[in-house]
Amino acid sequence: MWYYEKKLQYPVKVRECNPRLAKYLIEQYGGADGELSAALRYLNQRYTIPGKVIGLLNDIGTEEFAHLEMIATMIYKLTKDATPEMLKEAGLAPHYVNHDSALFFHNSAGNPWTAEYIQSKGDPIADIYEDIAAEEKARATYQWIINMSDDPELNDSLRFLREREIVHSQRFREAAEILKEERDKKIFF
Amino acid sequence: MSHTNTKYYYPYISPNDPCKPIVKKSYPTPPQLYLGFQPPNLQQFETAKEALYAGTLWPALYSRYDKVDPMRGEDL
Repeated sequence: MWYYEKKLQYPVKVRECNPRLAKYLIEQYGGADGELSAALRYLNQRYTIPGKVIGLLNDIGTEEFAHLEMIATMIYKLTKDATPEMLKEAGLAPHYVNHDSALFFHNSAGNPWTAEYIQSKGDPIADIYEDIAAEEKARATYQWIINMSDDPELNDSLRFLREREIVHSQRFREAAEILKEERDKKIFF
Repeated sequence: MSHTNTKYYYPYISPNDPCKPIVKKSYPTPPQLYLGFQPPNLQQFETAKEALYAGTLWPALYSRYDKVDPMRGEDL
């Protein structure tokens, strides 16, 4: 089970009302390499992976939900008082027609989130390597969003999220080493 | 292990390319690609605040990303 702390992992400040940026950010909300996919992928893999790395998947999966909240906050702030006209201009008319300004789990092209995005092969090596790839893909997505965004304060939060992908990738790489480790072999640092 | 955070390459440019060619392209190569198993007692940021802003406790794992100028493949 979880305890909830009623605050964001890192502050989210948005300088200007910019629904177009929200359209890009939704990729990290309901996209294939987004935070929802990440959280569900890791938390689901926990059950069928060697005990040594269950804790890691548990911790990172949980943190991904904290990132999901940050993304949700960004999208909410970017669109909060946007008029239908502004949403239309930002290419969000189809979203508005279906959801008003409500958030929905889909990617920036409007494709709804699907469980196809998250794999669980049951093979520990296959699963951990998928996790490393997922972190690198999320890192790349953040880079491309930063390249598209002119909001310095939002970019600060995005930079934080990108750095977390780096740390997670590092930990999954270490997990792969743990799973590969030969018994009784001395480890040198 | 020291490394560079960005690598560059020069793709083939055809005289028939429709868009203005980008001569030099770049891609990021952040520290997790090189660190291996994180060594124990790695140096940490001086203050908790610095670590929070960086997103990691260890400068060795920190790699800042800034907007890239697509035409030059370098930071703006």
